[in-house]
Amino acid sequence: MLQSKSFVKKTKQGRLVKVVREHYLRDDIYCGALSCTSCDTSAARLSPPDSASIIIVDTNVVLNQIDLLENPGIDNVVVLFVVLEEVKNKNLAVYNRLKSLCSNSARKFFVFSNEHHRDTYVKEMVGESPNDRNDRAIRVAARWYQSHLGGQANVLLITNDKENRRKAVEEGLSAETVESYVRSLGRPDLLDLVALPNSQDLNMADVEDLRPSKRKLVYIEHKPISEITTGLVRGIFHQGKLRVNRYNPFEAYVGSESIGDEIVIYGRSNMNRAFDGDTVAVELLSQEQWQEAKSSIVADDDEDEEEDVHLVPNSADDAPRNSDPAQIASGALNPVSSRPSGRVVGIIKRNWHSYCGSLEPMPMPAGNGGIAHALFVSKDRRIPKIRIQTRQLGNLLDKRIIVAVDSWDCLSRYPSGHYVRTIGEIGDRDTESEVVLIENDINSRPFSAQVLACLPPLPWTFSPEDLANPNRQDLRHVRVFSVDPPGCKDIDDALHCTPLPNGNFEVGVHIADVTNFVHPGTSLDEEAAQRGTSVYLVEKRIDMLPKPLTEDICSLRSDVERLAFSVLWEMTPSADIISTRYTKSVIKSCAALSYVEAQARMDDSRLMDSLTTDLRNLNSLAKIMRQRRLERGALTLASAEVKFQIDTETHDPLDIGMYQIREANQMIEEFMLAANVSVAEKILSHFPLCSLLRRHPSPTKEMLEPLLRTAAAVGLDLDVSSSKALANSLDHAVGDDPYFNKLIRILATRCMTQAVYFCSGDLSRSEFYHYGLATPLYTHFTSPIRRYADVIVHRLLAAALGISTLPPVFQDGPQLTSIADNLNYRHRNAQMASRASVELHTLIYFRKRPTDTEARIVKIRANGFIVFVPKFGIEGPVYLMRRGEKNGEWMVDEVHQKVTKPGTNITYAVLQTVKIHMEVVEPQPNRPKLELTLL
Amino acid sequence: MEFVNPLTGFRLDGRRPNEMRHIRGEIGVVANADGSAMFEMGNTKVIAAVYGPREVQNKSQQLSNQALVQCEYSMANFSTGDRMRRPKGDRRSTEISLVIRQSLEASVLTHLMPRSQIDIFVQVLQADGGTRSACINAATMALADAGIPMCDLVTSCSAGYLCTTPLLDLNYVEDSAGGPDVTVGLLAKMDKVTLLQMDAKLPMDIFENVMQLAIEGCKAVAQYIHEVLLENTKQLESRRGK
Repeated sequence: MLQSKSFVKKTKQGRLVKVVREHYLRDDIYCGALSCTSCDTSAARLSPPDSASIIIVDTNVVLNQIDLLENPGIDNVVVLFVVLEEVKNKNLAVYNRLKSLCSNSARKFFVFSNEHHRDTYVKEMVGESPNDRNDRAIRVAARWYQSHLGGQANVLLITNDKENRRKAVEEGLSAETVESYVRSLGRPDLLDLVALPNSQDLNMADVEDLRPSKRKLVYIEHKPISEITTGLVRGIFHQGKLRVNRYNPFEAYVGSESIGDEIVIYGRSNMNRAFDGDTVAVELLSQEQWQEAKSSIVADDDEDEEEDVHLVPNSADDAPRNSDPAQIASGALNPVSSRPSGRVVGIIKRNWHSYCGSLEPMPMPAGNGGIAHALFVSKDRRIPKIRIQTRQLGNLLDKRIIVAVDSWDCLSRYPSGHYVRTIGEIGDRDTESEVVLIENDINSRPFSAQVLACLPPLPWTFSPEDLANPNRQDLRHVRVFSVDPPGCKDIDDALHCTPLPNGNFEVGVHIADVTNFVHPGTSLDEEAAQRGTSVYLVEKRIDMLPKPLTEDICSLRSDVERLAFSVLWEMTPSADIISTRYTKSVIKSCAALSYVEAQARMDDSRLMDSLTTDLRNLNSLAKIMRQRRLERGALTLASAEVKFQIDTETHDPLDIGMYQIREANQMIEEFMLAANVSVAEKILSHFPLCSLLRRHPSPTKEMLEPLLRTAAAVGLDLDVSSSKALANSLDHAVGDDPYFNKLIRILATRCMTQAVYFCSGDLSRSEFYHYGLATPLYTHFTSPIRRYADVIVHRLLAAALGISTLPPVFQDGPQLTSIADNLNYRHRNAQMASRASVELHTLIYFRKRPTDTEARIVKIRANGFIVFVPKFGIEGPVYLMRRGEKNGEWMVDEVHQKVTKPGTNITYAVLQTVKIHMEVVEPQPNRPKLELTLL
Repeated sequence: MEFVNPLTGFRLDGRRPNEMRHIRGEIGVVANADGSAMFEMGNTKVIAAVYGPREVQNKSQQLSNQALVQCEYSMANFSTGDRMRRPKGDRRSTEISLVIRQSLEASVLTHLMPRSQIDIFVQVLQADGGTRSACINAATMALADAGIPMCDLVTSCSAGYLCTTPLLDLNYVEDSAGGPDVTVGLLAKMDKVTLLQMDAKLPMDIFENVMQLAIEGCKAVAQYIHEVLLENTKQLESRRGK
């Protein structure tokens, strides 16, 4: 049957066009109930037990109660197509969650295409709004289900819309609200998951009554959407994404295209209920108000938000923005900020999701039917406290929980939300590790059955058929070995170095041939693309590929035949590359060395065996290559990486120390860099538009500012005009003590941004440059087991060699860009998670061990200074005076980065060594933190 | 954009990926012409009129051993939503005219009609994707109506590839998604391809699937046209009073 849909659409030019679309109605859509006798039940999902009913939900139920629907306690749900479409238009995040619910075979969710069914299609009536029409469509579908299933099952319509419920009951349907339905299930734990209806409802009014002082408007009303759109058009308002400063939740930035600059927003009242990531409309404040807004932040600062001790940042992305509260407090320092400031007038799109954290400690309230109102504090400092209602307060107080936000109205200081689930006890290592993973959006679930089905049959062994492939070269006779950190199980690179008769060397880098097992388009590939990278936490590793691949099939272990993708160079003894060759190969590694072992072999002059000779040859080549790279202007940056010794039983950290970098590490690094560069050149020459490369943008003057200021304070002049100049001046920056140079390098490192993946078609050639390595081209080829980028590069290289065809995804530019974006996002999250994990273990380590140690001052503040503890790789604030005291007896000299106590000769200057005491304190129960005090 | 809903498996207009739109054909819609037909594929509606075989008008074009086939494609100004005034003989219509002529010439037994010409006029009355295919189908019917000798019916259908699914008979929305669009013209009984067009890149194995789908579509169209022609013949027969 054919229906035509016609509607009027406005074109971009503003003309009105009538659009007519066909709409086919069918009689072959099935109801999805297993017990149905008249329908095809091959795809059926619904099988309600006798007493239960099939439930049909409306759009608002899905939008607001997705957490409830995701709970396995709710099942046998019919999702109508009209609901699906409405959810898609209103909230894409919820739509994706609903989609995965519906496609999850463990859950009984069924999508019914009511819009295409002959009997359930409804045509819009004259004068009927689209909303009413959709509500009617839902009721018609519910009625169809009722009559179709007859007495076999009850059909229950769940809607919170009073009008819809009334009409449904009139039409002879059974309809209920979410709350009454959940109540009827007799599962009190589910009740906490029910999101509260809007705060205008009676329920909420009680709460407000309890706190009469809060009845007044806390925030200014948001402007209606129509006013915002006209304001945006007329240029009064500016649209942009709100980004809250990670280190100061009272300061946010809105990148606005209309004024081409970031608008700064100070204070919660100016932020006007916007969350990090929301798309907002901003009104600029007048210039006189800029300063005012800035200073008001201090008064607003009634929540106790202090900077914590944290790991030393590795790049500018991890480091705090250089506008610390100290500067703001002493506003005289920077007269009028050049940056415009503004306030949020409306929110165009919310970016609410669920947050991880814990409840603010509070006494158990008496009575109230067990329902308590509590404040939730997110671990992410950018998120304000969230008010929730719970029936299990006693249970939750010492737990890490996940909370979702429902609404925030202008009468209440905090947004209100609802409890989603408990992770575990606060302070427990497993719980906190999981929090780290959730916060960084890392998927640590086990691999699904579909993904595991893509693995080759186990146990996998090398078969002669692999050799029969003419593209695969047999390199089993070559003396290949690998050098990795001790205990490494996912070995993805191995090397060989054979002297040639003409005096040159054949050097080979062999990389695990992951793409031989991970084929494009399989669910294994999709999962890996989604995960993007393996994540290394202190006590565990979250793999990108399933364990059999990671630790066995692909891992280039010793004495077994493994498939590899090899880059083979002929090099002169002075490390000039004469020729480069790429091939798929079979190798048999003869030794899996650790860095320590490799170093020991090279250093032991008694050893003269062939393996050791290979190592020495490689090392001498690597030294030359490294020297050349440094001459080109590559930066040797330093990071303060720490390493834990973990107790094998309790998994608690036993010892903590700096990670030592040996010559062997640098040797391996050098060849990996060379392989990556060679591969980058090859794939770019074949696929100039769709190669995946990695670039490192040059830091701007602004970013290097803190480094220059510190350097100037100690009388050092750094030339930052180019990476070569910077490398040179870093080399010359030697002070009286041996650690000085490293310290300066660490400070330089944190000024750089991180390198990013990109698709070569998106940028011009000059932007491909890798600043840190000083190479015009770079990519990632050498770790396909733990990075998806390398998998892509392997496919590109194989296609460039004509071994395989290029998967269709590479022809789709936008999709390739989105893959690169996802990789950058995952990569960054993985790093953040590793750092957070180290921070967590540092805390656990110091819990039982208060320590005195040496530290270096890296920044002077109004009320103290920030110190860096080289031994443990952490930095944190040391306060010279108590909070709230104005800089009484101490004089701060910002220019020379110095604090002095007048009358005495006690001064503290930047980069000076101080003795500090480190101890874990618990200012609030269940909130341990590391405190640094001056000795 | 989801052109195939991942949960229900339906396309935007409620079809399954391998389903065609409703097709309808009618013969003898233009009384003046020697043969004429109207053909609809969903909301796409085209009309075709055939004149000839007749004497060649421009003698310099005359071919001594075969008939001259000429084709003119045009789109009515009211055929699309925006009712734009179109210039005649623009690149696109010249190209489509050529495509239609070439794919039909393959079936017309031109050597039987030397020194004569056959004119085919097709006009799109309403456009909703797949106009090329609809025009070929309409022209075939009109040629048959005009009684021009042909070795087989040329029928056409398009298929595309969106959301990793081969889709039969793209409508305008699907067509403007920018994915590959394979148009096939087929001599249905002889199983020979007279037209194959695609303006995108597609890996070989996928292309073969998509093309196979389009061929199935052509066969379905041929079946339908046969029925229409048969019905028409029966009516002619009854009018003669036998």
